[in-house]
Amino acid sequence: MKHLYTKPSKGEQLNKLNPKKETIQFLLNYSKALHITKHRQLSFEFILN
Amino acid sequence: MNYIKATDAALVQEYIQGNERALSTLINRHQQRIYSFIYSKVFDKDVSDDVFQDTFIKVINTLKKGKYNEEGKFLPWVMRIAHNLVIDHFRKNKRMPKFENHGDFNIFSVLSDGDLNIEKQIIKDQIESDVQELIKELPEDQLEVLTMRIYKDMSFKEISELTGVSINTALGRMRYALINLRKLIEKHNLILTN
Repeated sequence: MKHLYTKPSKGEQLNKLNPKKETIQFLLNYSKALHITKHRQLSFEFILN
Repeated sequence: MNYIKATDAALVQEYIQGNERALSTLINRHQQRIYSFIYSKVFDKDVSDDVFQDTFIKVINTLKKGKYNEEGKFLPWVMRIAHNLVIDHFRKNKRMPKFENHGDFNIFSVLSDGDLNIEKQIIKDQIESDVQELIKELPEDQLEVLTMRIYKDMSFKEISELTGVSINTALGRMRYALINLRKLIEKHNLILTN
């Protein structure tokens, strides 16, 4: 019987999903490039390459 | 600092102070759970990647603006952002349903003349007459508001002026009218769909 249960269930498969490496890399680069400056009550966003 | 053992709250503070590595650790720590949650709702890897990306863009913007104030609750906060973005995704798709071509393209499967055929017209008439019968079972005050709103297309301001009750009361009566209608539909085992 054991071999009948070796295939992971759909729920287990769902829990092992990861985003693409490119997506993670994009987010880390975006974070590094984003600068927010506050002047009085306004905040200015800059994306610096 | 030991990034692996650090708590989410500590990593968030590190990131707010400008340490980019803290963000990388936070993403690595939670990516599987957040991505799986999104995928379990949308069932599309590309859409899941988009929603995941938008989620963390919001996270990054909020943290960098210094607007984050849920110390110790980082993951539930991110999950809530992801959840809201999933809802936005479905709302957007509802407004602009995309056409999916499955090989044999048939223009008539996507175009219709807009008019109801005889069968659909009969079903529509039947539904309308059922609803009219159900409405009669509502309490007088709810029946009055519902009739004015749905059949006479009056605003709640006009209804409140005409019936002499506040707008909130009129809204409340409308709400209870709909709740009671649903109950009546269940009670009579009616199926009011086309």
